[in-house]
Amino acid sequence: MPAPSFLFAQALSGLTAAMFLFLVASGLSLIFGVLRVLNFAHGSFYMVGAYLAWQIVHWFGRDPASFWWAAVGAAVGVALLGGVVERVLLRHLYGKEELYQLLFTYALVLILSDAAKVLWGTGQLSVSRPPGIAGAFRFLDTTIPYYNLFILLLGPAIALGFWLMLGRTRTGRFIRAAALDREMLGALGVNVSRLYTGVFVLGSFLAGLGGALVTPVKAIVPGMDVEIIVEAFIVVVIGGLGSFWGTFLGAVIYGQVLSFGILVFPRFSIFSVFALMAVVLIIRPWGLLGRPLKT
Amino acid sequence: MSALRRLPWGLLGVLAALSVPLLGSRFYTFVATDVAIMALFAVSLNLLLGYTGLVSFGHAAYFGVGAYTTGLLMKMAGVGFTLAFPAAGLLAGLFALVFGFFCVRVTKIYFAMLTLAFAQIVWAICFKWNDVTGGDQGMPEIPYPDLAWMERLPLVGDLQTSDHFYLLTVVLVGVCFWLLRRIVGSPFGRILTTIRENPERAEFIGVHVGRWELIAFVLSGAFAGLAGGLFGIFNRGVFADFVYWTKSSEVLIMAILGGMGYFYGPAVGALVLLVLNQQITSYTEYWPLVLGSILIVLLFAFPGGIVGALDAGRRRLARLRRA
Repeated sequence: MPAPSFLFAQALSGLTAAMFLFLVASGLSLIFGVLRVLNFAHGSFYMVGAYLAWQIVHWFGRDPASFWWAAVGAAVGVALLGGVVERVLLRHLYGKEELYQLLFTYALVLILSDAAKVLWGTGQLSVSRPPGIAGAFRFLDTTIPYYNLFILLLGPAIALGFWLMLGRTRTGRFIRAAALDREMLGALGVNVSRLYTGVFVLGSFLAGLGGALVTPVKAIVPGMDVEIIVEAFIVVVIGGLGSFWGTFLGAVIYGQVLSFGILVFPRFSIFSVFALMAVVLIIRPWGLLGRPLKT
Repeated sequence: MSALRRLPWGLLGVLAALSVPLLGSRFYTFVATDVAIMALFAVSLNLLLGYTGLVSFGHAAYFGVGAYTTGLLMKMAGVGFTLAFPAAGLLAGLFALVFGFFCVRVTKIYFAMLTLAFAQIVWAICFKWNDVTGGDQGMPEIPYPDLAWMERLPLVGDLQTSDHFYLLTVVLVGVCFWLLRRIVGSPFGRILTTIRENPERAEFIGVHVGRWELIAFVLSGAFAGLAGGLFGIFNRGVFADFVYWTKSSEVLIMAILGGMGYFYGPAVGALVLLVLNQQITSYTEYWPLVLGSILIVLLFAFPGGIVGALDAGRRRLARLRRA
């Protein structure tokens, strides 16, 4: 039996990873829930967010607050990119076969991964932790960087804000209605097409924010796009595509399974999460907290 | 027109392919081997995609299982190609049976995701199980099959081993195409088309949709496995990339590019994509950028693929001539 402090550290690291994943996966889930498009390029948006954040820090490095500007700037930049993609291209594929939408977003993956190589090269880039919260503290025999604590608090805060937005605001009601019956919503006089753009922009914003915030703890490398999209897929499939709390639950489960799976089967921890995903798909294809798709 | 139709195009195609090594360029033979094998992979996928209307996003799993099967048997167990090749199809078909059993129970986007999940499980095993698959190092130095008997053949006798392997590949792929053609032309093939057009209605008229879909899944996986078996030898090694999800999307792109509404569409897609790849990578390293752009143009301008566009053009020409 490993020491309790070790287990605590392991659980905490899993939870931190889960919060990053939640940021990315929630956008993926939101876009699927409303637009019914499985966006492979979501991981690419995350990667673009990371590179943009590095670029902004690089430009304004002397300003101590530059990291925060970079995080916001990168998220806004990615949101704009998402808006352009949706308005110019993606919207022409609504109502066509799912395969075309899947392959369109895959084409974006290919294009964005190469575009990032052209603009930022193939080397590793990194961003240092923002000066205000660069240190660490000790708790229960475990060293916890302040930045990780910030992420651990930010995840639930964003989840809560999101939940309030969906539940309490007019826009949130429209988004939930569009997920249930877009034609009816259109017939009631809501501009569904603009709502779609808005949802895609919001989802992209979250991906960009996730990418920007991960830069102090993870190196920015080519290939991070494909890596995160697979993880985000597992999360949303386990939790339930289109389900908001499901995504949160999925992210937490994923983080814990991965971080404790390493202890049980050191080499096959990645296998355990794929197996979990397959089991969920077999038993409840719509995920733990999701609901079956209307056809 | 009808005289043209009556020519045995399949046989002519095989003959033309067989004569590639006589051009005397190792490079051409190399590309042609690649094209022949990937064409089989893409056509096998199309049994599900184009004929049954099921989007498998994990077809690389069966390709990879086939490649590892043939590779392991030939390299580690010293089994001959005559056994190791069919074994690839058999084992891939077996995997397809197990995975497909679950996949055909879910529909549409969930089907695509479950096939992807299973393929990633296979990938994770291949990537980590160092003792058997070589893990991330892969399994290099797969031997060529013993093709010494070809040296006694006229015309092709004094070619190299890689050329001989190519000839074998063309014949085997040709036989697989012939079998697949028979399958899609049979009453079974018509049932699959019915399922694609309207699964509910198919169920109403007494077609056991899930069962037929599973049979299509197994057949499709088995042929993909055969393609994988050949590819491992051609590539002189089997690597975990063969199973990764990007490989699955690559073969989907081939099928769409050629035209999934036509039997040979995916084969045409494989040919065009691989030749383009060879040409473009000699100018620039940014092949994915080019591929992504091609894909976008294709999806928006030619959703029927190359063969679909040609077919539409031919029909328009015929209509003009009649008018």
